[in-house]
Amino acid sequence: MGWAIALHGGAGVPYSLPPERRQPREEALRHCLQIGIKALNSKMTPLDVVELVVRELEIIPHFNAGRGSVLTNKGTIEMEASIMDGNTMKCGAVSGLTTVVNAVSLARLVMENTPHIYLAFDGAEEFARQQGVETVDSSHFITEENIERLNQAKEANRVQIDYTQPIYNDTKSGTETPFANGDSQTGTVGCVAVDSNGNLASATSTGGLVNKMVGRIGDTSVIGAGTYANELCAVSATGVGEVIIRGTVARDVAALMEFKRLSLKEAANIVIHERTPKGTVGLVAVSAAGDIAMPYNTPGMFRASATEDGYSEVAIWSEPIIE
Amino acid sequence: MVGWAIAVHGGAGVDPNLPPRRQEEAKQLLTHCLNLGISALRSNASAVDVVELVVRQLESNPLFNSGRGSALTAKGTVEMEASIMDGAKRRCGAVSGLSTVKNPVSLARLVMEKSPHSYLAFSGAEEFARQQGVEVENNEYFITPDNVGMLKLAKEANTIMFDYRIPIAGYEKCAGLESSVKMNGLPISIYAPETVGCVVVDSEGRCAAATSTGGLMNKMSGRIGDSPLIGAGTYACEVCGVSCTGEGEAIIRGTLAREVAAVMEYKGLRLQEAVDFVIKHRLDEGFAGLIAVSNKGEVAYGFNCNGMFRGCATEDGFMEVEIWE
Repeated sequence: MGWAIALHGGAGVPYSLPPERRQPREEALRHCLQIGIKALNSKMTPLDVVELVVRELEIIPHFNAGRGSVLTNKGTIEMEASIMDGNTMKCGAVSGLTTVVNAVSLARLVMENTPHIYLAFDGAEEFARQQGVETVDSSHFITEENIERLNQAKEANRVQIDYTQPIYNDTKSGTETPFANGDSQTGTVGCVAVDSNGNLASATSTGGLVNKMVGRIGDTSVIGAGTYANELCAVSATGVGEVIIRGTVARDVAALMEFKRLSLKEAANIVIHERTPKGTVGLVAVSAAGDIAMPYNTPGMFRASATEDGYSEVAIWSEPIIE
Repeated sequence: MVGWAIAVHGGAGVDPNLPPRRQEEAKQLLTHCLNLGISALRSNASAVDVVELVVRQLESNPLFNSGRGSALTAKGTVEMEASIMDGAKRRCGAVSGLSTVKNPVSLARLVMEKSPHSYLAFSGAEEFARQQGVEVENNEYFITPDNVGMLKLAKEANTIMFDYRIPIAGYEKCAGLESSVKMNGLPISIYAPETVGCVVVDSEGRCAAATSTGGLMNKMSGRIGDSPLIGAGTYACEVCGVSCTGEGEAIIRGTLAREVAAVMEYKGLRLQEAVDFVIKHRLDEGFAGLIAVSNKGEVAYGFNCNGMFRGCATEDGFMEVEIWE
C-alpha cells in the first residue's frame, strides 16, 4: 500500500459558478495537490504534509482561510484552525486569530510547545508573538470579494456559508432552512494524508462564516467536529459549522469504522448522507489502508486527491477531472 | 414514560488528604444541588432546564471551580467556559473566555437559543452577554483568596496543578504533586481541575448535559479546555447525556463524552458498560471522570483517578453522594 492524500477548499459550490471564478480555484487545488504529492514522495510525515498543504491553501486568497478569509459582522478577520496526529492523537487548535499568516502552523505550535491543546483570541495572538511566527496587519487578509460578500449578507441580514448560497438560520425553532439563491464560492480548507506505514494526520483552517458574530467559533477548531485523526482514519470536514459540531462529524466517521467495522467509504457516506441534513456538510478522509473518501451533501465541494500509484483527481461537482 | 434520573459532579481527581470538613462541605453542596434538580424534575421541568438550573447553583457557590471560585489564569484573572446540550435535537451552546458573566452556563444556553451560532468566545461572548442583559460582575467577584494562594504556589512550583480545595498549609503533604508527570511531552505536572457538571434524563426520556469551569490553575490566557467543546466535555443525544471532568487535554483527544454515546449507538452497549469501556480504554495516561444518564432512566459514573465529587438520584428513590471509590 502506498501513500494517499486528499484536500478540500470548501463544500457547497453552486452549479452556477462562472468559469472565471472556477478556474483559479481548480488551478490552486492542483497546485496544492502537487505540493502534497512531492512531499509524500520525499517521505515527509503525514503531519508535516497536511500542515504544508494547508499553509499553502491559507496563502491563496481564493479560499476561505488565511488570506481570503470571510469577514465577521464588524468587517474583521477571525481565523481558526486545528491539526491532529493520528499516531499519537496529539492535537492543536487556535481560534480568533487576526494577524497570524498561517493559523494551522500556530495550531501545531500549540500542540508541540504548550501543555495545552487549544488557545484563542488575545492569548493565541500573544503566543504567536512569543513563538515568533509570521504576522501581518489584519488588513492583509481582507479581499475585495469578501467585502462584497459581507455587504450582500448584511443587506439580506443573514449569516452566510462562505462558499455557497446563504442560509436562513431559524434559531427559535432550532431548524435550518435549506439554501436560498445566492452564492459565495469560497470555503474552509483542509487536508488529510496517510503514508505507506499507515500513519495518519488531518488539518483544517478557516475564516468562518460570512457576517458571523465577533467571537463565533465554528467546527474547524473543535477536535472531533471539523478535524480528527486516529489510527484508523483522518478526516477534515467543511460546511455549516454548527451542524458539524452537533454531529461530531469527523469523529463519527472514525467511530463508525471502529465500532461498526465499516469501511472508510461506507462510514463517510453514512455520516454525510444519513446523519447530517442535506446541503450542509462535506468531508475528505483517508484510511490507514490507503482508501480515500470525499463525500458531500452540498451541490459541490472543491477537492483533490492522489495516491502513490499515480492516480490523481481535481473536482468540484460530481465529475472529477482525472489528471 | 421513563423514570427521571440526575447526576451532578464537582470534579475528578481529589486530594486523598482533603480535610474531612472540606469533604463534608462538598457533599452538602452536591446534595443541595441534587435536591434542587429533583424538585424541578418532580414538577415536570425539562432535562435542559434542570441541567442549567443545577449548574447555575454550582457556579454561584465558590466551593468548586466554576463561576465564582474559578481557577485563575497565569495572569491572575478568571476566564470561564461552559457548554450545554439538549439531547432531543442535539442543539448545543458553548462559551469560552468569559470574565464578567455570573453564570456561564446560562450564557451558553442563550447562544444555543438566541444566536445563529453554537459557540461564542472572549470579547464577542462578553458583548453578546451585554446584549442579552445577563447578570455580570467585576472579574474580582469570581476570584477567591484560596485561589489566589493556589496560583502563587502553582507559579512557585511552576506547574499546572490540580485545583482541589486543600488548605494552603497542607500543600506540602499533598500526594498529587508529582513533577515527573508529563503532558504533551513537556515536563509539567498537570492535574485535573474541579469542573462542575450535571446530566439529566426527564420523565419524557429526554437527555441533557451541561458543564462549566474556570479551567486549569495557572493556565495560559486564552487556553480553552474540554468543558465548552461539544463531544469532549459535554454531549447529549437521544440515547444519553454525558458531562466529563479531569485533564482537559485527555478528554479532548479522547472525545470522551461523544465516545460514551458512540459505543451505545454503534456497539449497542448499555450505559454503565459504555461508561466503563470509555474510562478503561479511552484515557491512556490521562486522568478523568464522567457522569452520564440514558434515555432509559439509568444513571452511571466512572473515573480512573483518585476520587470524583459526585451525586446521583433516580425517580425510584435511589440517591447517593460520594467522593471516593
